[in-house]
Amino acid sequence: MKKALGILVLMVAIGIFTALAADGFLTAYNLENLLRRTALFGILAIGAGLVIMAGGIDLSTGSVVCLAGCMLPWLLVDHGWSPPAAVAAIVAAGIAIGLFQGWLVAWARLQPFLVTLCGLLFYRGLARGFTEDQTQGFRGGFEELRSLATGRIPVPGLTDLEAFDGPSAFAIPAPVASLVVIAVLAAFLLRYTVWGRWLLATGRNPQAAAYSGVPVKWVTLSAFVLGAVLSAYGGMLFVLDVGSAQPADFGNFYELYAIAAAVLGGCSLRGGEGSVVGIVVGAALMQVLRNALVLVDWIPDNLEYAVIGAVILLGVLADELVRRVARRRSRSPLETSGSPQAREARNEPAVRSDRS
Amino acid sequence: MRSRQRPRPAARRAPPPRTSRVNGASTVSEPGSQPILEVRGAVKRFGGVVALDRVDAVVRGGEVLAVVGENGAGKSTLMKILAGVHEPDAGELLVDGAASRLRSVRDAQRRGIALVHQELNLAENLDVAANIVLGREPRRLGVLDRAAATRQAQAALDRVGLRIASSTPVASLGVGARQLVEIAKALSAEARVLILDEPTASLSRHETDRLLALLADLRSRGTAVVLISHRLDEVLRSADRIVVLRDGRVRGELARADATRDAIVSLMVGREVAAVSRATIARGAPLLRARGVRTEANPRSAIDLEIASGEVVGIAGLVGSGRTELLETLFGVRRAVAGEILLGERALPAGDPRAAVRRGMGLVPEDRAHHGLFLPDPVRRNFSMATLGAIASLGVISSRSERALADRLARELDLRPPDHGRAAATLSGGNQQKVVLGRWIAANPKVLLLDEPTRGVDVGARAEIHAIVRRLAAAGAAVLFASSELDEVLALSDRILCLRDGEVTGSLVAAEATEETLMALMTAGRAA
Repeated sequence: MKKALGILVLMVAIGIFTALAADGFLTAYNLENLLRRTALFGILAIGAGLVIMAGGIDLSTGSVVCLAGCMLPWLLVDHGWSPPAAVAAIVAAGIAIGLFQGWLVAWARLQPFLVTLCGLLFYRGLARGFTEDQTQGFRGGFEELRSLATGRIPVPGLTDLEAFDGPSAFAIPAPVASLVVIAVLAAFLLRYTVWGRWLLATGRNPQAAAYSGVPVKWVTLSAFVLGAVLSAYGGMLFVLDVGSAQPADFGNFYELYAIAAAVLGGCSLRGGEGSVVGIVVGAALMQVLRNALVLVDWIPDNLEYAVIGAVILLGVLADELVRRVARRRSRSPLETSGSPQAREARNEPAVRSDRS
Repeated sequence: MRSRQRPRPAARRAPPPRTSRVNGASTVSEPGSQPILEVRGAVKRFGGVVALDRVDAVVRGGEVLAVVGENGAGKSTLMKILAGVHEPDAGELLVDGAASRLRSVRDAQRRGIALVHQELNLAENLDVAANIVLGREPRRLGVLDRAAATRQAQAALDRVGLRIASSTPVASLGVGARQLVEIAKALSAEARVLILDEPTASLSRHETDRLLALLADLRSRGTAVVLISHRLDEVLRSADRIVVLRDGRVRGELARADATRDAIVSLMVGREVAAVSRATIARGAPLLRARGVRTEANPRSAIDLEIASGEVVGIAGLVGSGRTELLETLFGVRRAVAGEILLGERALPAGDPRAAVRRGMGLVPEDRAHHGLFLPDPVRRNFSMATLGAIASLGVISSRSERALADRLARELDLRPPDHGRAAATLSGGNQQKVVLGRWIAANPKVLLLDEPTRGVDVGARAEIHAIVRRLAAAGAAVLFASSELDEVLALSDRILCLRDGEVTGSLVAAEATEETLMALMTAGRAA
């Protein structure tokens, strides 16, 4: 929680800086767009975060986004499926991908990095194959389904209903609704349920979890399934928002945005910790940063990746330093009371380099 | 017994594979020969605990010196002082007769003193040659000279009689071969003193014979060998002199001619075994039964056992006797190769710790940091991990029940400090162990398995943990625990099983057992 606060402060600081350095930042249009992007990436980041908290990593997010994004218009337009059937097919595809990857990690004991790296190649290849590399779009149809992503929810008292379609009216973008539902659910599961406790325990120390009777393999599997389903759902919202998807580059690098948001939001890549609120704030920070780079004139747009990389690195570094100071302060006299001999018997260093 | 025969060391067994010059060589070690390494009045304290108390020891070339003693007697500390790991707090260290300091292992190595650790320290990803020359790689014009490295490595392998190519990857070698590579590495660094810590703990009978033959060969060439071992039969076979430590002091030094197993054991054990308050509990129905269980580590021996409700059974065995493997196989974190494990009347599914936990079994593992605790998490969460189902409804955890559980356990276990919101990592070893125990107390287990329940735990907490275990048994649990400390086995058990090389070599009523009888059953050479 403290960490989410730190990231929030950083985000506000960047916001203030951008508002001062550029004109377009504080407009209703820009803020609404920012919210939309945050919601879309936030959904992916929650998926990535759950896998990371379970001690894994999911590099396939962007390719699953691409697969889902291409599948939806392809099923609807080329094959004439009904929207509910197409959406169900995409969620099913997400589940199938998650089961596949989770099985490979938990039962076949392959490394998550490797499994999902192959997934990254495989799903994009698949998408490019069945679409024959052709851009997939809705051709102006399916307004109702598209409103899931493009819709705007007026805020009473804030939204100027008379100029609702103009650039000066602010409304909550529809994906925010999806994000809120997903985030609340994920936060509840993580914090209050047995499953959430098992997930964090598996990420923290899978052996100790197994020795406590936690079904470690099933927990791992469930994390990968949730990660893939959220990626697929996010991919669907992305294509509904944009209107079309080009198989060769739709969703490129999204896994890295998702992982970066999760890490900024307090997920340790060693597993076992993280909060949903943090992840969402992390996703927002990423979007504010990208927005600032576009809006502020004297920063060349081409530097985008370099600046994002540098900011994430600084954020993680600052966090590590803060943590170290906190640890030094909280070290109790009791911790040093174990006799050196006892410590020696345990073959432990005098100062424990713990995993957090 | 063999040890009573005249001391013609190497001649008493089959000649070592490589050389026949050994027999005449036992004369190198004359009592008057110049010691290479000597400690006088060495004292070493750790915190308030005196690990070594005015210890004298002499290491001579062409001689095998054995150091024996129970766990905690100070063997390892002495060895570490000789090898430059620790410096003594008081007393002197002499190298080649001159007072010296060994500031580090490297410093000791430069002076020809090499330590071969119990846990081997080879880089598995490299080949044998690279390991042997590690840190002293031959170079030509600043570039690694592979030909020279291979030559040096091969020469060292020849000396230890290991017939493998120096390009063999270490990962493909068994434990015995690795041990020999370690020795080859030490020899290649021109070690004059070779210190071996429990070198045979994980070796097979055949590998052990080969290693002991090599030690005899090295002795005949003038190397000084310091052997630290639990296994008295090996000590009696190979040592010229035996130093017995107990509670940090030298209790006796025996020449080979005077050494017998009984003499050594009585020097090692010495003290009175503390009287035990064992409430006699009416034995109930058998709760845990194993029938013909074969573990992965020792697939050749089938184990049968039966533990009744209210009974505490101790397993006495040395390192490598298969204690941990047996407990972990019963619990299911290791899969049994064969056999049946029954909890109550029904069999447990193989290799499924979750099923074992659900049926009322718990295991307190030996390595609590890696297998027991979630160190950065609060004690509370560590307590509840195995019983989340009981404090949750419809999968949602009641944080009030969790706190109530933690309050109760902290009180019951006398956790210090009693604050269960603290990270488990901040507790002392004894309190950490209580936390792992508490997890199973919460589960109200029918069968509790404990592996080294008081390792790295101070004396006070040790007594408390013993009391808790007895209490659980009194409440009807069947308890099976393993310990490398005989006084613990004797103090805590109703019944004792002796284990050697994965085989039950004895089953005794605790009241009738002594450290001597246990030690004899644990060390009895099977092939002898």
